[in-house]
Amino acid sequence: MAKKKAEGYLSGREARRISKENRRITNEFEKQRKRKNVPESEYLTQMRDPNNTVEFDNLHTYFFTDAGTVKAVDGVSFDVPIGKTVGVVGESGCGKSVTSLSLMQLLQRPQGQVVEGAIRLNLGDKAYDVTKMPNEKMQNLRGNFMSMIFQEPMTSLNPVFRIGDQVDEVIALHHGEGKTKEQIAERTIELLEMVGIANSRGVYKMYPHELSGGMRQRVMIAMALACSPRLIIADEPTTALDVTIQAQVLDLLRSLKDKINSSIMFITHDLGVIAEMADYVVVMYAGRVVEKGTVEEIFHNPAHPYTIGLMASKPVVGKQVDKLYSIPGKVPNPINMPNYCYFKDRCEMCVAGCEGEYPHEISLSPTHKVTCYRYYDKTDKGGDR
Amino acid sequence: MAKTEKKAPAGNKIGNLAIDNTFTPVTYDPQYILMVNKLKKYFPIKGGMVSKTVGYVRAVDGITFNLKRGTTMGLVGESGCGKTTAGRTILRLSGDKTGGQVLFNGQEVYDLSPKEMRAMRTKMQIIFQDPFSSLSPRLPVGEIIGEAVREHNLVPKDQFDDYIDQVMDNCGLQPFHKDRYPHEFSGGQRQRICIARALALNPEFVVCDEPVSALDVSIQAQIINLLRELQEKYNLTYLFISHDLSVVEHISDTVGVMYLGNLVEYGATADIFRNPLHPYTKALFSAIPIPDPGAKMSRIVLEGSIPSPANPPSGCKFHTRCANCMERCKVEAPEQKEIEPGHFVVCHLYDK
Ligand SMILES: Nc1ncnc2c1ncn2[C@@H]1O[C@H](COP(=O)(O)OP(=O)(O)OP(=O)(O)O)[C@@H](O)[C@H]1O
Ligand SMILES: Nc1ncnc2c1ncn2[C@@H]1O[C@H](COP(=O)(O)OP(=O)(O)OP(=O)(O)O)[C@@H](O)[C@H]1O
Ligand code: SF4
Ligand SMILES: [Mg+2]
Ligand SMILES: [Mg+2]
Repeated sequence: MAKKKAEGYLSGREARRISKENRRITNEFEKQRKRKNVPESEYLTQMRDPNNTVEFDNLHTYFFTDAGTVKAVDGVSFDVPIGKTVGVVGESGCGKSVTSLSLMQLLQRPQGQVVEGAIRLNLGDKAYDVTKMPNEKMQNLRGNFMSMIFQEPMTSLNPVFRIGDQVDEVIALHHGEGKTKEQIAERTIELLEMVGIANSRGVYKMYPHELSGGMRQRVMIAMALACSPRLIIADEPTTALDVTIQAQVLDLLRSLKDKINSSIMFITHDLGVIAEMADYVVVMYAGRVVEKGTVEEIFHNPAHPYTIGLMASKPVVGKQVDKLYSIPGKVPNPINMPNYCYFKDRCEMCVAGCEGEYPHEISLSPTHKVTCYRYYDKTDKGGDR
Repeated sequence: MAKTEKKAPAGNKIGNLAIDNTFTPVTYDPQYILMVNKLKKYFPIKGGMVSKTVGYVRAVDGITFNLKRGTTMGLVGESGCGKTTAGRTILRLSGDKTGGQVLFNGQEVYDLSPKEMRAMRTKMQIIFQDPFSSLSPRLPVGEIIGEAVREHNLVPKDQFDDYIDQVMDNCGLQPFHKDRYPHEFSGGQRQRICIARALALNPEFVVCDEPVSALDVSIQAQIINLLRELQEKYNLTYLFISHDLSVVEHISDTVGVMYLGNLVEYGATADIFRNPLHPYTKALFSAIPIPDPGAKMSRIVLEGSIPSPANPPSGCKFHTRCANCMERCKVEAPEQKEIEPGHFVVCHLYDK
């Protein structure tokens, strides 16, 4: 044990101390959260810009695990404007899902907690800070105002219930008043057809394990769209779909967006899908936003070395290479982040300043921001790189 | 399954319940590690009060292909067309097959005794499509990856820890991940755990079911490079199922395109991408998203609703959505034809 300690293994005593400390911290958060009859004034807030649906402001979400505190999201700020699609890309494990789960208040608790920052949600006539909202209030918003398509369908479909019953339940819960059981079932079948499921009546009676990966994913999408939400959080919604059905689902999302002016937060690794769907792109690395901008800025003018590496890693149809480019090195341990730029150890474009503290945000244009020392001497006008 | 098969013997029942099980057996050709001949897998649909079988989902409906040792075959096709079922049926992971042959190194997989099958398992591995449901939530990751290695005594005890560390490192996992549990990982990290678990056993043949779709493109590249390296080093053979056609083009030597339980086109990767023949393949390729916000797409939109594998269309199964559909397509199922050497298509457009 002692031999390995240097590599980050903990002694039993240390682990017990951490775990006790964790419980103290998380109990404190949970107590806050579970209070009854919290006055609205506590979570009422003002949007910085009324044209945004969501504003993430310096969000910090940590997991208090026995091995230490995992800083999964460590100061994330970006906006989702009304009627726009924001694509979120980044290294696997960089905190994309945790960011969206923070917004939905669906973090794994008690270990997962928002420890700092705000998530402002624009409900039209007023704005709430999600991080301060009590559970009960949140439940009314989930499924109605906003809904989420989860990354792994099997984690959110119940394996022991039939598909039809599960979708029926969602509709009944939010839009069920005055509808008969048959009408709800009809609506479910209609939704299943909308997402391109053949044999929708047969699938209605099937169990999740009887569906293919892509069919499960589409059931999730149908459930999320059942109530025409104003905000859709789509976490890798099309990874299990072939490109033709993917195109169909993307069209569906777009038409819903246009019809009721919804906003979409779209998390995906598929840069092709981002290019097609997104108005704005946010690039995350190790729990932070390293670059954001309009879709044209990010694709035609990528600035952060991580973004540049990402663009270079993508295989392209019709372009044969022997070995794919892949960014060298590894992500830092989220329990033990360095105090300089998180990407520095892997960066192939380092400049003199990179040893310094974590870089601050530089504006390359009014919409294009990057956190990287390479742009410290650029004026805040941008454009001329 | 076995019971229902007895009730519906080869091709002599009417309606939905008939299973046509005729095929000409192939003889073993040693250049192929895997020979799949007219393989079928149907799932019974139960109905009524007494749960009688009222029909079948024809998930895999007679597919034939051979795989050379040390090569990769890409398998693409519409969601729900039977790719996963094909992979699982080849590995004998979903009960009995409905018909056809699977020869692994010349040995019919379905003739093996349970004991022989267990030994065979280390040689044939699968990376599952849905990583979360295939990882035991109660075991730490190091244990998940090492469990089978220990069970089959693949490395000496004193090298075990180092071996697992090495495998994890290859798959982009780090030592501090070892004691964590699956729920503490992101989707892509869980996918890497699955990959590490499969590769730790030093298999000869791996079915990779969407192995990289949950990964960011840089780690995707790392895993693909790793798969290729291992292939060169150990002469591994892959069946690579993916929706990402650029990845398939990069990694595969041959590509099979499936539609509704059938292989509709099959050939060398370069031929398929340079000269797609089947109308479905053409539509599929036209829908590849282009990573450029200014790009104009000319997508071939597939009209018509997607038919059900429980009740597939007559004739060519694609005829309900095909832009080139002719009269005979509706009644007569096309045969497989070789258009250029090694490039096969199942479509009436190429009848001479
Ligand atoms: N319940 C948990 N306990 C401890 N750590 C966690 C937990 N959930 C997530 N994490 C950690 O938080 C980090 C961010 O995870 P997240 O799921 O947000 O990644 P992601 O960006 O969605 O990645 P991917 O693209 O692979 O899905 C990861 O390092 C992960 O290991
Ligand atoms: N256990 C089962 N019982 C009944 N039907 C099943 C079962 N497993 C799969 N099916 C059906 O078989 C068909 C093929 O499923 P399969 O999972 O092989 O598709 P796939 O090609 O892998 O699709 P995807 O790309 O979406 O993963 C589907 O129609 C599915 O509903
Ligand atoms: S056989 Fe006919 S219907 Fe089928 S793909 Fe070819 S042209 Fe289209
Ligand atoms: Mg995720
Ligand atoms: Mg599948």
